[in-house]
Amino acid sequence: MPDQHARRDVLLAERLAEIRANRPETDTELVAEVVRAVLTTMSGDLTVHDTALLLEVEELGRTIANAKLEIAALKVDDITGSHIPFATDELDAIVAHTATATDAILESCETLDAVAGTVSGETADKLQDATTRIYEACSFQDITGQRITKVVTTLKTIEEKVARNIATFGHKTAALPSLPAVVLTPEEELLNGPQLPRQAMDQTDIDKLMSSFD
Amino acid sequence: MPIDKSMNVLIVDDYKTMLRIIRNLLKQIEFNNVEEASDGAEALSKLRSGNYGLVISDWNMAPMTGLQLLQEVRADGRLKQTPFIMITAESKTENVVAAKAAGVSNYIVKPFNAETLKDKIEKVLGHA
Repeated sequence: MPDQHARRDVLLAERLAEIRANRPETDTELVAEVVRAVLTTMSGDLTVHDTALLLEVEELGRTIANAKLEIAALKVDDITGSHIPFATDELDAIVAHTATATDAILESCETLDAVAGTVSGETADKLQDATTRIYEACSFQDITGQRITKVVTTLKTIEEKVARNIATFGHKTAALPSLPAVVLTPEEELLNGPQLPRQAMDQTDIDKLMSSFD
Repeated sequence: MPIDKSMNVLIVDDYKTMLRIIRNLLKQIEFNNVEEASDGAEALSKLRSGNYGLVISDWNMAPMTGLQLLQEVRADGRLKQTPFIMITAESKTENVVAAKAAGVSNYIVKPFNAETLKDKIEKVLGHA
């Protein structure tokens, strides 16, 4: 506030000097008195409520200015241009590596399965039991793949929102058009992917639910 | 009544690895005539042009999901009696309810084990 007052005084002094230069005969004291009278009249018109409102507006302006500074300090371009694309690329690479590894494991397992077919008795049973456990374990790749896809989708949503905030706060010249509201079809609402273990129903729960329909 | 293990089984999943796992597990329980499709649309096309005794399908696929495939199968005069098992990571109550309402024969949640797969197939084909 003191800065604003000082700036206003300087501006007023400059304006008076200008008037003085153009109209040397003008009484500067008279001009100053008129200005003071106008300002006083204006202040006098403000009610307590108006003043409080003005203070609120001023505070709001200051908050927005601070937010702009804080967002600028975040280096948001790094988030959308580097951090998120890096994270999604890394996650994609994880999916690709695990798929390659799983395929190699499955190939070896199929070889063992073929060997199990050439032997008999307890050896064949043990071999088949082991390969069955390996097949079951390899299904992790499907679940982790779906979980990673969910994370990538979330990261892309964050990236979009950050880009939109940058545009809103004037960091970029062109503002992005607002996103249309996402309306899911009843079919899409059922596509949730794997749930976290504590939130998911297990096979026993599902069997009970299925039985309840019979 | 013994189960005819020579029947054609169609497995549907958009993860090739999962198709491979299910195919191998089916082979271990002596289902050797197994065909694959990578989404509901491809599966429906195969079902309409072939003769299958069992469908084992994932849910979360594009462009046609497993639920849509199930609805198409149940709405098709020739296919509507085909036993249909859903194998999916979708484990919310509303998913199971929706699948049941659409006419699913049984429901397996991923990750699953070989015993569960065998048990559900026996239950479904025993009632078919």
